[in-house]
Formats: sequence, C-alpha cells, structure tokens
Amino acid sequence: MLNLIVVLPFISSLIIALVYLSNTNASRHFFYTLMGVGSLFVVTILSLSTLYEIIQGEPTIHSTLFTWLSLGSFNIQLAFMADRLSVMMISFITFIGLLIHIYAAGYMKGEEGYGKFFAYFNLFIGSMLLLVLADNPIIMFIGWELVGLSSYLLIGFYHKNPSNITAANKAFMLNRVGDFGFIMAIALLFISLEGTGFTFDSIEANISIISHADMTLIGILLFIGAMGKSAQIPLYVWLPDAMAGPTPVSALIHAATMVTAGVYMVARYSFLYIQIPDVGLFIASVGAASALFAAVLATYQSDIKKILAYSTMSQLGYMFVAVGLGAYSSGLFHVFTHAFFKALLFMGAGAVIIAMHHEQNIFKMGALKGRLKLVYITMFIATLAISGIPPFSGFFSKDAIIVATFAQKHYILWAVTTFTAGLTSFYMFRLIFTVFHAPRKEKKTLHPLSKSMTYPLVILAIGSTFAGFINIPQFLQLPDIIITLKHSNELMIEGMNVAVGVSGMLLAYRIYAFKPKEPQLKTLWCRLATNKFYIDEFYTAIIVKPLLYMSDFIAKVIDPKIFDGFINLNVTLYLASSEQFAKLQNGNVRFYALYILAGVSVMSFYLIFKLGVFL
Amino acid sequence: MSPSLFFLLASLLFSIGLVGIISRKNLFVIYMSIELILSSINLLLATLSKVLGDASGSVIALLLIAVIAAEAALFLAIIIHLYKRHKTLDADKFNKLSEVN
Repeated sequence: MLNLIVVLPFISSLIIALVYLSNTNASRHFFYTLMGVGSLFVVTILSLSTLYEIIQGEPTIHSTLFTWLSLGSFNIQLAFMADRLSVMMISFITFIGLLIHIYAAGYMKGEEGYGKFFAYFNLFIGSMLLLVLADNPIIMFIGWELVGLSSYLLIGFYHKNPSNITAANKAFMLNRVGDFGFIMAIALLFISLEGTGFTFDSIEANISIISHADMTLIGILLFIGAMGKSAQIPLYVWLPDAMAGPTPVSALIHAATMVTAGVYMVARYSFLYIQIPDVGLFIASVGAASALFAAVLATYQSDIKKILAYSTMSQLGYMFVAVGLGAYSSGLFHVFTHAFFKALLFMGAGAVIIAMHHEQNIFKMGALKGRLKLVYITMFIATLAISGIPPFSGFFSKDAIIVATFAQKHYILWAVTTFTAGLTSFYMFRLIFTVFHAPRKEKKTLHPLSKSMTYPLVILAIGSTFAGFINIPQFLQLPDIIITLKHSNELMIEGMNVAVGVSGMLLAYRIYAFKPKEPQLKTLWCRLATNKFYIDEFYTAIIVKPLLYMSDFIAKVIDPKIFDGFINLNVTLYLASSEQFAKLQNGNVRFYALYILAGVSVMSFYLIFKLGVFL
Repeated sequence: MSPSLFFLLASLLFSIGLVGIISRKNLFVIYMSIELILSSINLLLATLSKVLGDASGSVIALLLIAVIAAEAALFLAIIIHLYKRHKTLDADKFNKLSEVN
C-alpha cells in the first residue's frame, strides 16, 4: 500500500504529461482534472487508511518496491517506511494537497498549459511523499531533489515573463546550496557508520559508533540543507520571489510540501540531534532570528502574497525553535496546524486576487467584507489561528513552542518568540483589515469565483479551527526533552501569548481598519524594511557580482592571454622551426648528397670513436 | 707494392668525387665527379680481387666498365637535353622538386 501511495502520483503525472505533449493545444479540461484530482483522491484514501492502521497499533510499516543498487553486501533499496511521524506527515500532505488540487482546478480553469500544471502538481506531491516515506537517507535525498525540481518548474510556470524565470532560477540555486549541505551530511554519515547499514532504523541503532565531533558536523550540514528548503536565514531570499508562481503553487509550497521538508528532516534525525544539544541551540537561534526578521519584513510589505510568504518564513522559524530545543513533537504539531491555516490563507488570497482581477496590492483593495463573505469569514478564522488566539489551532501549537523555550530557560528565545507572536498578529490583521474592512477604493465589479475555489476554503476553515484539539504530540512519540514547568507559570505564559496576540490585533484595527496608508519611504527604518534590508542587493554585491567579475576576468584575460597564448606560442614555434627545416629540402640533389655525407660521417665517427670499430 | 696504397688511392678518388658533386654547380663537373667515384669503386674491386685471389672481383670490374660507358651515353644525352630546354648548365637552377622556392 505504501508503494502505491508514492507511485500513483508519479504515474498520473506521467500520463498527464504524455497526453498533454501529444497535443498541447487541445483543451482536455475534464480529463486532466479527473487524472490530477482523482489520483490524489485515491492516494489520500490510502494514506488515511495507513494512518488508521498505525492508530490501531501497528508499530512501523515497511515495504520495498525494488532493490535499486546492489554492491556486494551493500544494498540501496527503494523502500518505504511508515512510522507515526511519517504517517502524520503523509496524512495532512495528501489531504491538504487534495484540497489545493480541487482549488487549483477552479483557479487555473481556462489557462494555457492546464495539463502541464497538473502534471507538475502531481509530480510535486509524489516527490514530497517520496521524501517523507523514504526508508533511508539516499531515497530521502532523491525526494528532496525532486521537490526542488518540481518547485522550480511550478514557480516558473508563467514562463513568458522573464522575471518569473529569474525567480525560479533563484529558488533552484539557493536550494542547491542547501542540497550541498545535505549530500555532504549523508556522505559523512555513511563513512562514519562504517558500513553498518544505511536505513533510518539501523542508523538509529548504530548511532553510538559515531564520534561526537562527526555528529556535530553532520548535524550542522543537515541543518544547512534544511535552511535551503525551509527558507531560514541566510538562505531564505527565494521564498518571497517564489510568489511568481500561480497562487495554488504558493499554497502547496507553503502549506503541505517543500518548506516543511526541512523541519521534517530534522525531526527524522531526532535520534542524532538529541545527542548534540549545542547544534540544537544553534538551530533554535537561527529559527528565532528568522521568525523575528520575517515578521518585521511582513509588516512593511504591501503585496498580499509576499506578506503571506514572510509569515510562512516566520512560522517556520517557530518550528525550528521547537525542533532545535528538542521539542520535536511541538514543532511538528505546529507544522500540522500551520498546514491548515496557511493553505487557507493562500487560497483565500488567491480568491481575493482572482476576484480583484489580478490585483495584489492590499492598499488598492478594501471593503471586501460584504462582497466576499465566505472568503472573509474563512480568512478571518485562519488569521485568528495564525495569531494564536484560542481556541483556534495555532494557539495550541505555538503556545507549546513558547512554553518549551521558557521551560528550558532560554529567556532570550522566549522573549523573541513572544514578541514575534505579537508582530504576527499585527501584520496578519493589518492584511485582513486593509483588504476587508477599509473603505472601498475601486469601482470594479468582482470577478465571480467558482465553487471548486470556495468549498475547500470551508473545509480548511473547519480544520484550522479544530486541528489544535488533536493531540499530535502524544501521537507522535518522538524522543522529546521532558519539560518540567509549574502549572501556574504555564498558565501565565499562555495568558501572555493571548494578550500579545489580541493587542497586535487591536493595534492593527486602530491603524488599518479605517484609513490604511501604504508605507511611506520617509524614515530610514521604513526604507530599510520595505526594501527587505537590502539583503538581496547585499547578496548580489558579495556573491553574484564577484562571481561575474571573476568569470569576466577569466573569459577576457586568463583564457585568451594565458591559455590560448601558451597554445598559440607552441603553434608559432612549430611553424618557425618547420620553416627552417623546409629550407633543407630545397630540391637540389647536391645538397642531398651533402646531407648523406654528413650523416655517413657522423655515423662513422660514432662507430670509430664510440664503439671502437676499426677496419 | 702493398695493397694499402691502392686503398688509399681509391679513397682519395672517392672523396674527390664526393666533394666535386657537393661543391660544384656545373653539370659536367658533377658528371665527371660521379665518374671519378665509379672509377674508385672499380679500382677497389680490382685490388680486392688481386689480394684475395678471387677472379670474380675482376669480372665484376670489367662488367662495371661496360655499364659506366652506357651510363655515360645516357648522362650526356640528359645534359644536352637539359641545356636545350633551359639554356644553362647550372645545377642549382634545376630545383623543381623544392618545396620552398
């Protein structure tokens, strides 16, 4: 059954691609929708039944598709493993992926390349399932790379606009930086395990033979991989640019697939990370820094999708704080709840964008409350969830993370995460109030929304409301650090989180509900924040520019002058010497006789004086 | 008389012929130098025939004289023909085989 879960999306992707390529102009809307959504529906059913099996008490399900490489005693098998962690992941990936597929069928209706879109979409889901269900790090790496590939294809989906291609390339290249860390970590892990098996189970069993220094290095390298995929400082710059893709793609990248891969990977290697708490603290610090940084940037953005992109980065920061501090189940709990409300937010944003005829600037919208009632209500629920207002799902998971920082006495992390929670609430409600409450600014009639775009919103809204009541941490049974905290302290922190969230909301209501103003470039701080602190420009200056200069220098100086010069010098010398030799062959028999005489003389001298031959 | 004097004479004749071929430009002189070399070979053959007491050397020498006579006729014919075509006897002018020019 596990085999089928992974293979089905790939097969349907292949079929859609082949049918699409047979005639790219034909509109086979029904067929593509049936294949794309239908295959994922089957996969969702299969995943949920696997979940049911695990809940019934099955410990871990293994299944092997085939042996990929067989090198003597060492085998790499294309095998899958479903334990509590991966089964939780595939359940929500397939479920939310299915809803996004249904939504995409409405969103992309009538667009050019509809079939191609679904081929890529199914490839994306398949790659993510391969990553999550992988039984050994190598298969996981294949899934990891395929996720990078399919995100590249989807971000650059509107390929006629060159800036979208740049965004896709940026995402791909930054992911390659992370992938480099990942593959180095796998190689190092393999060497230090000394051939004692390379599945997750056997690595966990033999973890003690790795020295502490090696383990630290592996942990850091793996986290570099996670930084790339999960958009943490310093490899985050691709995430806002990835908004170039269609909105369902953003929803898929940010909610169900791709960005959660990094968090999942750290949790998958939890047996390694619990041995190296120092690296964990580093991860948590990077996570907290990313969370705060992204939240600050989000408060100054005016593009609805970019705000959501930065909020994803910020929430991923929370997840890394949790997994870094050893509270793996809290981190994954947040992954789970975040998937619901972030998918909902993106799909709501997509609905608003479609309704507003592809307008993305929130300050050009307003008073959509009455006109898009369903979208308003569902997005409001999602915003309450992300802001951590009880009883919505985000409250439970975020609260668990903040409690974990306080209980482990990392008060700086605690302060940062609490402050960021307030900022999150502020910028999310800024979006909601500006788009839905502020006075109307345009006189256009709204573009109608299809049912396949609105119904998934309702389902996700229900999910965002109640997902927090599912006790994910207890279900996962991960090797968490045991937290001891007085009940009164815990209540105090919870109360504070709610207070911070509500005050962010009220502040946003005061500033943006009546007369929202687009951020002006007056003060230095405003200019810095709206320009994303010039980080992109900074990267361009320190990495891209020197590389270009160096390539230019090599192309214009080193290659023509030194390498070509050396070769040309050889050629010239050869020509000159052959010219000299050609003079010998002057066609004059007398000279040939002279050469013969010279040759015979030399040979005679050699015979007589060297070899001592006398007649 | 010791045979080494004959050998010396043969070597001298050969060397003079060789130097003549290399250093002179006139076709006739070159031809005469070739004749000198051939004569030195003949002398060598005859001398060795005498020293070793074997008559076959002398026979070959006689045969060679006939061949040289025939060759002389051919050579002179070629020289005359060349002179008719090019109005010169300078050997350096006949360099059609040269690659450079």
